[in-house]
Amino acid sequence: MKNTQNHIIKTTNLSIGYTSKKHQKIIASNLNITLEEGNLVCLLGENGIGKSTLLRTLTKVQPAINGTIFINQINLNEISNLNLSKQLSVVLTEKLPESSLTVFELVALGRQPYTNWVGQLNAKDIEIVEMALKETNTKQLAQAKYYQLSDGQLQKVLIARALAQNTAIIVLDEPTAHLDIHHTIETFTLLKKLAKEFGKTILISTHEINLALQLADQLWLMTPQKFVTGKTNDLIENNQLNTLFNSDLIHFNKKLKQFTILNS
Amino acid sequence: MIYPIKSYQKTFIVLSISLVLIFILNVSLGSVFIPFKQTLLALLNENTQNDAWKTIILNYRLPKAITAILVGSGLSISGLLMQTLFRNPLAGPFVLGISSGASLGVAILILGASFIGVNNTAFAYTNWGLAIAASLGAFLVLSAVLLAAIKVRNTMSILIIGLMFGSLTAAVISVLAYFSSASQLQQYLFWSFGSLGNLTWHEITTFFVIFLIGLLLVVFIIKPLNSLLLGENYAKSLGVNIKLTRNITLIATSLLTGVITAFSGPIAFIGLAVPHLTKLLFKTSNHKTLIPAVAISGAIIMLICDSIAQLPNSEYTLPINAITSLFGAPIIIWLLIRKRKIY
Repeated sequence: MKNTQNHIIKTTNLSIGYTSKKHQKIIASNLNITLEEGNLVCLLGENGIGKSTLLRTLTKVQPAINGTIFINQINLNEISNLNLSKQLSVVLTEKLPESSLTVFELVALGRQPYTNWVGQLNAKDIEIVEMALKETNTKQLAQAKYYQLSDGQLQKVLIARALAQNTAIIVLDEPTAHLDIHHTIETFTLLKKLAKEFGKTILISTHEINLALQLADQLWLMTPQKFVTGKTNDLIENNQLNTLFNSDLIHFNKKLKQFTILNS
Repeated sequence: MIYPIKSYQKTFIVLSISLVLIFILNVSLGSVFIPFKQTLLALLNENTQNDAWKTIILNYRLPKAITAILVGSGLSISGLLMQTLFRNPLAGPFVLGISSGASLGVAILILGASFIGVNNTAFAYTNWGLAIAASLGAFLVLSAVLLAAIKVRNTMSILIIGLMFGSLTAAVISVLAYFSSASQLQQYLFWSFGSLGNLTWHEITTFFVIFLIGLLLVVFIIKPLNSLLLGENYAKSLGVNIKLTRNITLIATSLLTGVITAFSGPIAFIGLAVPHLTKLLFKTSNHKTLIPAVAISGAIIMLICDSIAQLPNSEYTLPINAITSLFGAPIIIWLLIRKRKIY
């Protein structure tokens, strides 16, 4: 394992939110987050708390309101889109537009930051695409059109695309939102494998708390009052998880390491 | 194992041969009967039995066939670009308001004459007169749409803004038409039918040069267009400069459709339909394959439409716009019902 002091993502006094001409809507402020290389990190928080906004800000889709984000010690604002695309890849929740791309072509689009001006794949690109298909167990789907896939297969293919982009960081926004429990677990174990075997730094926003508790190296907890980060076990010990939901209905059971329904 | 990244060599060879054959067929047909062998001789610049035949082929039919190729391929490429950029299968080359702008320009030239009391009929009848009026009109409306495009972030809004400008110009033309004489109306109507003929070699050269500039721009956006197949956010995460890509796409489309409309009028249907037909044939979304494919298919279909329009051996030439829609629309409907999926 590499030097644990190597913060691949670091933010200082980060404020996130939306600005329009008249209003400024701040969703979270004063965030000082660090993310270590090779870790699988799960971002947890209730609906509408701003998980997607945070991910969009960290991936330069939308600007920060205040503060600075560093990727590999370099200010995100000073990294060109092309340069960033070689360090950070994404798996988004949005639906893909209709097209007749095959799985192979879709994954191969992940090579775009490296290909020439017409996007010609060379032998090395093809090798990497094949590796990505193999590691995500989607090789047999290579010639299928992507619209023929099930949700579970498509998610794996989208992860393969991110893998083919060959970046140190992969950011996924609710990758298991439409999946059954089998495919959810499959996706999470795949991501864990990518972190462990390939040293990828993986940041996931998710509602799969129980899986996150079992697999994540680190958790980011987002609540209206505060933003807490830490190793999974430490957070459990410090009773931090109980503050995640402002609810009388559930509480966190330390022994079972999961949320249970409170009997009134 | 190396995945076969399907090459469409065979389909391309078949299409190219078809293009050459249909081109020769198109040139050999017309109001004057010319034996097929004599047509070939004339095309090879050899002497024909009758000198008039050579003149007809080289100065009338050949320019018309070349115009058909430029119009067909240019509109089809533009249609493909708009469909990818707007992620909308109903988008066509004229969504940016080019045809409505050109129509407005020509309407003002022909119909507006009565307003200012100038008799400009002589000028209005010339190709250059119509081309200049169409270009000016197209340029003005297009600029308005593009200015609005710079202001809005959402690509879909550009589509709607383009449609709104179309409605606006149509309304202005209606008002102009209301106050016009029957002969002026007829003249405007003839222009709006579209026409591939009557261009001199000099005009075709101008046409071709602008066409080439547009085509050159298209070559440079093949790669970002492919990444746009995943949507703008994914494209951005792949390092694509979305704004630049969007602007180059809009400029290339403007050049291609602008010059086509200026010289041939608002040719309907081709730009919308040919990309769909081509995608059914090629079953791919990769622009490296699709752009040459729609160019060749568009040229072939335009030549076929023109061959039908000139009604072999008769003196009549039907409006090209009527033919493109009359024969094209049922084909598309039939294909859609049969194949269902169309991207």
